[in-house]
Amino acid sequence: MDVLERYESLVDDFDAFRAACERPLPSVVRVNTLKTTVERARAALEEADIAHEPVGWHDGLFALPDDQPGTNWPYVLGWIHGQEEVSAVPAAVLDPQPGERVWDACAAPGSKTTQLAALMDDRGLLVATDNNLGRISALRSNAERAGATNVAVTHEDARNHSLKPFRAPDTDDGTEGAPYDRALVDVPCSCEGTIRKNPDALDDWELDHVHGISGVQKGVLRRAIQTTKEGGTVVYSTCTFAPEENEAVLDHALAEEPCELVEFDLPLASAPGVTEWQGESFDESVETAKRIYPHHNDTGGFFCAKLEVTAE
Amino acid sequence: MSDENDAGDSSPENDGTQFDRLPATDDERVVEGRPTRAEVLDWWDERFGIPPETFDGHTFWERGSGKIWAFADDVASPVAIEGLGLAFLRTRREHWKPTLEAVQRFGDAAADCVIHLSRAEAATFVAGDDQELDWDGDWGYLIVTTDVADDSEPVGVGLYVHGELRSQVPKGRRREL
Repeated sequence: MDVLERYESLVDDFDAFRAACERPLPSVVRVNTLKTTVERARAALEEADIAHEPVGWHDGLFALPDDQPGTNWPYVLGWIHGQEEVSAVPAAVLDPQPGERVWDACAAPGSKTTQLAALMDDRGLLVATDNNLGRISALRSNAERAGATNVAVTHEDARNHSLKPFRAPDTDDGTEGAPYDRALVDVPCSCEGTIRKNPDALDDWELDHVHGISGVQKGVLRRAIQTTKEGGTVVYSTCTFAPEENEAVLDHALAEEPCELVEFDLPLASAPGVTEWQGESFDESVETAKRIYPHHNDTGGFFCAKLEVTAE
Repeated sequence: MSDENDAGDSSPENDGTQFDRLPATDDERVVEGRPTRAEVLDWWDERFGIPPETFDGHTFWERGSGKIWAFADDVASPVAIEGLGLAFLRTRREHWKPTLEAVQRFGDAAADCVIHLSRAEAATFVAGDDQELDWDGDWGYLIVTTDVADDSEPVGVGLYVHGELRSQVPKGRRREL
């Protein structure tokens, strides 16, 4: 089955889209500013004779056309972290500030978690949740390699996330912790947008799976809105093109929880969210979401939306 | 900072499934053998010359017997989760041992027990191999540094005994550079 064919009506230049999906992507690393500066990381890459090219829209991202990120001095020191270029988008959009309370709802293996910790300057509380113990071990290892000290890791289903472990000192057992200032909901998805990294990403694609996982995505997004304070920010992102996992999930949250979608700037080319798909229509405001197609910026595919929590 | 959780009538013991905040001082200690915050600060200062104020923004926690974590925020103690900040020190043994991650994060502030290696020696160390080296300071755990991008950088922890620097780089962090 040709999965990508189903998006022909959505994509502006479908031939360019298809061609881009077939090109492999270079390795990209993000500089970990908890341990060094972009300038020194660059100097260390030069010293190690590793070719590196800035990606343009983000100061701390470098493409490594000839190398893998793992075996060199800047990696050993935790100065660089391998991360696909578009996967740096949602943490940048969430824009957490030092000292805030932030939830990373589907955190493992921790690329976005460590990026959030760096944006927070390692201050405040960053709760990183995952439901898989094996992946949590990778998350912890990456957080430690980054030198992050503000990350609290929980093993639970994000749909039932509890604030109780994060109650303030000297409060009674069973008290809820304060709600979050911001939450990142970068959910498990059908991963179509990673096709350039994983050529077999679509081999096991099934519509049933898309519908099933969409239910999980709705649950996680709702819990994130419930645990974020009024006026707080929630960013929803996936690496899939499927409207069932993107706009339909936003539409559901808009109907069920106190929130609205808000505009945001992104220095990357993108298309707006779609309001209709296979006979279903979505709230007009889903157009504020951004669809990043592989041919737009020569990256992986991605979807990102920004929500504000409103009064009940 | 409040004191440790009182686990009940019997003598409280360390519980490996939760994080317990370290007591500030001996007077507040409830769990036997648990190091105090003051002891931890003194240890970094006495061993490595890392000033106590380096950790002003961090609370200290124990999970598992003797494994101490540094956390940039504070929550009610105890807390039963999978991770709380950075595992940074192993205590409850004769010689306390810092983690590689703690040394990479806080080792810049060290003035004592720092052994500076050439790039080739540092590569041997990162590969996990032991090597004979001259060192006229204290034996025991040292912070290993090398020059990267024109400045000295803490790389990890070595154990110096009998004229030999034994690499303590954990298996998962070793690399052939």
